[in-house]
Order: sequence, then C-alpha cells, then structure tokens
Amino acid sequence: MSGFRKEFIKGIIISNPLFVLALGFCPALAVSTSVDNAIGMSVGVAFVLLGSNIIVSAIRKSVPNIVRIPVFIVIIATFVTVVNLIFHAFVPALYESLGIYLPLIVVNCIILGRAEAFASKNPITSSIADALGVSIGFFLALLIISLIREMLGTGSLSLFGYNLLTLPVLGDNPMILFILPPGAFLVMGLLLALFRRMGVMKGE
Amino acid sequence: MSELISIFLSVAVINNLIISKFLGLCPFFGVSKKIGNALSMGIAVTLVMLVASIATWFINNLILIPFEIEYMNIIMYILVIAALVQIIELFIKRTNLSLYNALGIYLPLITTNCAVLGITLINAQESYGLLESIVSSLGGGVGFLLVLVIMSGIREKLEIADAPSSMRGLPVAMLVGAMLGLTFFGFGGMI
Repeated sequence: MSGFRKEFIKGIIISNPLFVLALGFCPALAVSTSVDNAIGMSVGVAFVLLGSNIIVSAIRKSVPNIVRIPVFIVIIATFVTVVNLIFHAFVPALYESLGIYLPLIVVNCIILGRAEAFASKNPITSSIADALGVSIGFFLALLIISLIREMLGTGSLSLFGYNLLTLPVLGDNPMILFILPPGAFLVMGLLLALFRRMGVMKGE
Repeated sequence: MSELISIFLSVAVINNLIISKFLGLCPFFGVSKKIGNALSMGIAVTLVMLVASIATWFINNLILIPFEIEYMNIIMYILVIAALVQIIELFIKRTNLSLYNALGIYLPLITTNCAVLGITLINAQESYGLLESIVSSLGGGVGFLLVLVIMSGIREKLEIADAPSSMRGLPVAMLVGAMLGLTFFGFGGMI
C-alpha cells in the first residue's frame, strides 16, 4: 500500500505535470479563464487519464511493442469521445465554453505520456494511483492559474453561477487583460518563475 | 472571394492558433530556438494541416454525416492524421531526400500537435465547405509559421540576455509570448 501512496503523492508536487514537467500547456492556458472551466477540464482529463491508464496497464503484456502508440491513441480517443458525449448531455453550458479544447484532450501530452511512460510498464493498482495523482496535480495547477486570472480579470469570483466574492476596487475596473490570451502567458510565466524560485521546479 | 480573404486573415493573424487559441505550444516553446528549425517545422505543419483538412473534409461529408456517426469524429480524425503523417513522411523520403533530412525529426512530432487536430475540428465546427477548409488551414499554417519564426528570432537574442536565474528559459519565453499576444491585438480591427 505504501507503493500506492508513493505513486499518488508523486504526481501532485514532485512531478506536477504543468509546473514541473511542463506538459499539457495548450488546454491549461486556454481554459483557465474561469474556475468553472478549470474544474470541468480537470474532471475530463482525470476521467480520460484514469480510464486509459487502467486499460493500457491491463493490456500491456498482449500489445506488440511496435504498434503500441497507435493502440494507446485509439484507447485515449475512445475515452475522450465518452467524455464529450457525457459533457454534451449533462453539462451543456460547460461543454459550450470548453469548446474544441474538450476533444483536444486526445492530443494532451500528459495522457499519452503517462500511458507510455508509466501504465505500459506497471500493474493496474499503481497505474490507478499514478493517474489519480497526476490528475490532482493537474487540477491544483489549473486551479491556481484560473483563480488568479478570474479574480484579476473579472474582479470577482463565482462558482457555477454563485457569486462568491467581489473584490473592492477591481470589481468596478477589472483588468480585462488577464482573461484575454496574453494574460494566460503572463500568469503562467510568472508562476513558473515563482515556483522555480521556491525550488519546486527544477532548472532546465 | 472577400469571405475567403477574411477567413484567411482571421485564422492567420487575428485568431492566431498559437497566440490566441494556444494550439501547438509544444513546438512554440520547444523547437523555436533557431530560425532555421522554426522555418522547417512551420512548413511541415502547414503541409500536414492542408492535407489533413482536405482528407477530414471528405471523411466528414462522405462518411460521418451520411451515416450519422459524427460522434466518431475524434477517433477518425486522429487516425487519419497519424496515417497521413506517415504517408507524407514516406513520400518526401522517396522524392526529395534533402527536404526529408531538413524536416526529418519534426514530421513524426506533428501527429500529436494539437494545432493540426484543432484546425480540422474548427473546420468541422464552422461547417466550412471544401474551399473554405483549404483556405482556413492554409491561414492556420501561415499564422503558425509566422509566430514560430518571430518567436525563434526573439529566443536567439534571449539566449544571450542576462535574465534573472529563476526567469531563464521557459518563464521568460512565456512572458515574451504575452507581449507577442498584446501586439497581435493590433490586427483585431482589420476585419
């Protein structure tokens, strides 16, 4: 069981997919405009990652080495299709606001990376732990970025329609830059520098 | 005609794939340290985008829509793009060896480039016709090439700049991306 915990903790901080491994920037920067989107995206990524890690790890001994990448991609694409249909049916508003980034989970390097680097070499239980840890790490990173962007860019913080708080000065004059595309690069760059300064992220 | 021009400009500069849609950030930060490499990568991506969007248009309109299986589009598109990249790689290797050596390592990487899948999904979402799809993918490729080359020019200078140690590399590249995004807002009034 200690192995399970080790794999689980590893993905959250030591090898955080966004801040340490620098993988999967495309969806992270694009959907971090609001906390709602960040939560939706993380749920989607977590579902696909968990599903693909379990299946890849279960069939790892019967897949010939030479065709493993196409097989992994088809497995991932299947789970992404499932997530798309579920989101479309149950949370249409979130489905609309995530737009093409929901289907683009299929080319997210984090998922293929975990399938190739971890699940294809390890048994099912540790693959599940790995998927959960990496998903939580991805979620926390996305949450930090989207909290900053939403609070500075709109001057308030809302969660699925409920207004949680409105900042005093920014509420009237939000810095719209932060919910526009350049704001994502700005926040991400400064956060990366901050985490490297704190020693969390290794130098290149 | 004017509609085609506006599609081209919109995809190429106003809604640039890298700067405003965040598609294809891996090559943007990874490859773009030399202008020559950036140019090769941009040309390879443009080529694949063009062929992929033509192929996916036919698949969408001849197979997926008539049989009402549009929900299969993600699996179909990713398989088609992967197969196309292989075919293009073989074709270039047979016909033009020097071009193959120049593009070589970048071609396989393009399979998992979100910009290529992204542009085919955008074309399907906007239900563009064949000609519009071709123009939009050309625009996407040109915009990708443009930003990649601009960024690599800046990165060449950044390599020798005296940045604070915690900002070096990726963080400062991100900040440059932000500045680039701000300047690209200037194109917003074009249409």
